[in-house]
Amino acid sequence: MGSEEIYLKAEALTKRFGPFTALSDVSFEMRRGEFLCVLGPSGCGKTTLLRVVAGLEHQSEGKVFIENRDVSQLPVSKRNVGIVFQSYALFPNLSARSNIAYGLKGQGKNRQAIRRQVDELLELVGLQGMGRKYPAQLSGGQQQRVALARAIAVSPDLLLLDEPLSALDAKVRIMLRGEIRHLQQRLGVTTIMVTHDQEEALTMADRILVIDNGRLVQNGTPHEIYDNPATPFVAAFIGAMNFLPHVTKIGDGLYGLGEHRFSVTGENGSRNLPNGTQVTIAIRPEDVMVQQTRAEPNTLPTRVKAMEYRGPMFRLNLQVPGTGPNGAHLEADVPAEKVRRLNIRPEIKLPVFLPLDRLRVYDSRLLPHNISGDSRI
Amino acid sequence: MTTAMVSIAPAPSSRWFRVVLDRESWLKRLLILLLCIWLLTVVVLPLSQLLSKSLTDPQGQFVGLANYIYYFKTPALSNALLNSIFVSTATTGVAVTLGFLFAYALTRTTIPAKGFFKGLAMMPLFAPTLLNGIALIYLFGRKGLITRGFFGFMPGLDINLYGPVGIIISESLFTFPQAVLILSIALKATDARLYEAAESLGAGHVRTFFTVTLPGIKFGLLSAVVVCFILAFTDFGAPKVVGGNFNILATDIYKQVIGQQNFTMGAVVSVVLLIPTVIAFIADRLIQRRQVASIAAKSVPLIPVPNRWRDLLYLGFCSMTTLIIIGFYMTAVFASLVKVWPYHLNLGFWHYHFTGTGGGGYAAFFNSLRMSFYSAAAGTAITFSAAYLIEKTRQMKSLRQTAYFLSILPLALPGLVIGLAYIFFFNASGWTVAGAFIPNPLNFIYATMAILVVSNIVHFFSVSFLTATTALKQMDREFETVSASMGVPFVKTFTRVTVPVCLPAILEIGMYYFVNSMATVSAVIFLYSADLPLASVAVANMDDAGDIAPACAMSVLIVAANIGVRLIYGFLTSGIRRRSQSWAAR
Repeated sequence: MGSEEIYLKAEALTKRFGPFTALSDVSFEMRRGEFLCVLGPSGCGKTTLLRVVAGLEHQSEGKVFIENRDVSQLPVSKRNVGIVFQSYALFPNLSARSNIAYGLKGQGKNRQAIRRQVDELLELVGLQGMGRKYPAQLSGGQQQRVALARAIAVSPDLLLLDEPLSALDAKVRIMLRGEIRHLQQRLGVTTIMVTHDQEEALTMADRILVIDNGRLVQNGTPHEIYDNPATPFVAAFIGAMNFLPHVTKIGDGLYGLGEHRFSVTGENGSRNLPNGTQVTIAIRPEDVMVQQTRAEPNTLPTRVKAMEYRGPMFRLNLQVPGTGPNGAHLEADVPAEKVRRLNIRPEIKLPVFLPLDRLRVYDSRLLPHNISGDSRI
Repeated sequence: MTTAMVSIAPAPSSRWFRVVLDRESWLKRLLILLLCIWLLTVVVLPLSQLLSKSLTDPQGQFVGLANYIYYFKTPALSNALLNSIFVSTATTGVAVTLGFLFAYALTRTTIPAKGFFKGLAMMPLFAPTLLNGIALIYLFGRKGLITRGFFGFMPGLDINLYGPVGIIISESLFTFPQAVLILSIALKATDARLYEAAESLGAGHVRTFFTVTLPGIKFGLLSAVVVCFILAFTDFGAPKVVGGNFNILATDIYKQVIGQQNFTMGAVVSVVLLIPTVIAFIADRLIQRRQVASIAAKSVPLIPVPNRWRDLLYLGFCSMTTLIIIGFYMTAVFASLVKVWPYHLNLGFWHYHFTGTGGGGYAAFFNSLRMSFYSAAAGTAITFSAAYLIEKTRQMKSLRQTAYFLSILPLALPGLVIGLAYIFFFNASGWTVAGAFIPNPLNFIYATMAILVVSNIVHFFSVSFLTATTALKQMDREFETVSASMGVPFVKTFTRVTVPVCLPAILEIGMYYFVNSMATVSAVIFLYSADLPLASVAVANMDDAGDIAPACAMSVLIVAANIGVRLIYGFLTSGIRRRSQSWAAR
């Protein structure tokens, strides 16, 4: 990306709390109007990253630039950011109107202008006529909209959303997901949202930063993150992933598991590994193809061990024979229609096909501790 | 992205380099600093002055522990320590047992009129402890109502009031409401599912009590024990009236200072009084700190179910207890109206003229009202601001932690110790430090209304501070952050959001300050000046002079004023509650 369109730049941000390192050497850039999601498990440092960018925490090392201006030393009040917190932090003794107008009053506008602007904001977030109500009289979703209106009222350069949807129930969350994204695009406000919900990140973001243990592990579009997860951690954290361990590299694009051979076209850096290296092969359950007759490369004979009904599809647990004492297992997502048509039942033999371009190869040493053997998320 | 990495020079990461050019932040730092200076001036320096006084001889020469050795070698003096421990332990046993039963009735049974019972159980909080003693004299003294068998209608009963018996009864009455309050909160904070689990596992009532109820309230129980012990150990009013020749530490300090003008020995006894209270205080703090983790995040409140015999039993107990409490204070009111007890039982306001007695009469009463009003106003402002700065700012963590400790420390400081320490500190003309004489810049407040107000604020600081802290903790942590992000100064958020939301707690603090400032005698008895008499001190002095009836009348006035303030408080809070119902209720 060209530096003239870079809006926000974080350089090697590190944050330590005593002996604990919450954030370690995180760098990234954002274009104006971009919607960035910071994704990671709880306690990974993503909220710390947001707070450092907002100026609520002081980084131990590193810098933050907004439009090439070094704002690293500025407090939150000088960075012109709008923040929406998980708890919304709406003032309980002020009506929705007064909450939204809270930041406007100090800007020296006259009362008439403020009233007009609050009306517009209420309409923008779909709360016309609700301005007189107090936060306690509003539903969770409505409170969330008030918080959003309050944050954008001060025309922030940067909108920061800290798990804004996590306190809401599933239906409202999905609806607000679309609304927030729509609003963000309409206003063109550069936005960073912190979330631990991968679906939220995939559906809303232009780009996703995946954080683990305070480190930035991948920075990419939702597509890149899902299709080409940089590490086993990312692969397991976003979506479900099969890991086949104890695989040996035989040659370029060729790997062996017991008596089976796999061809891989989409190698991510594993091309550089010497032959004989222990690797782990990964494939998403929906990429495991159930086939019956045609001979294709990467075909595995398997036995159906368990079937889990999930409405539109089944998740099959497949045992791969000839892979050692415990045996490797694969999970496959198969549409319910196909299960019926092929008459798939437990304990039948089921050959599956692993598409060459959907296989990922990871150096076994990269495997995080919590992904052992054949575990899937 | 890689180009950006080049520009990262080793940034000046030392915290001293990071100059934050932010007025808000500096203002907060300044306020925290001021708070620490205030606490240093009114708590730490006076106490150290007291401590150093106890280590010097009357001529000001350092003598090490000689005074203490003398104290413990003189049985006439050191016996008081054992006596104090004895009466406080007995009081704690009585008050906590009764308080537990009463709190249990209020929270775990379905007896009617709980509000009524609770209200009456709180009565002793509004009265000076002197009044407990005076009421006891009218009941069990030599010419007492019960001693004489209701003016000779019945056989009399002499309980040998003057001495430990009288002290234990009046202190039990005094500490009972505290035990009820603490234990009610503890008994209320329980999880109904624990009881359901115990029942489903086949545990009987007794087993459930020992395995669920008691473990559930153990922190509250310990807290009640500590609070009752400290209150009984340090109280001065009741033992002064009914202690007789039974020496305890609190009365000894008074005798040493006022009676014998022996300030050094007064300081020694003060420190002796201080040591067990500080130990109890620290123990309580350590215990309470462990409690935080044990409260379940989501518990189901326990709703008591009717149980005829149990409820009847507790109803009988509560009726008896409240009857005794009412009996006490009605006796006092009656006695204050009787012309000559027990000979001329004509009723009238004879003793309310306060003519021909010392103490200061109505001037003293109005001085007390004025002092209590100032203490309430200034105390509430200072306490709430202190709690806000400590709880809601993020600057200067170690200073804030120090301020927190100094804010809860006064909980362990008996009023007499505060009073004596203030004499030493504020009356000192100056100090010689490293050969240079530094005049005391605060000497001017000595013997003024200001020192009385300051002593009250410090004396009742901790409880108010904890009330404010609790209220502030219930507010969203991000209010300040949100305001800052919108560029709104924190002072504005403080006045527009924090104070309105915390108003019930603020009013409660104000009432607490007023009521206690009216009733207290221990700190102010050392600090009042002849031209500024106070009502509670007048009670003590009139009692000293044998004018028990006017002393009783003055006490009744104090109680009346306090009940009046309590009613105003109730009126104000119900108004606020009605107004804020739209946003407070959910």
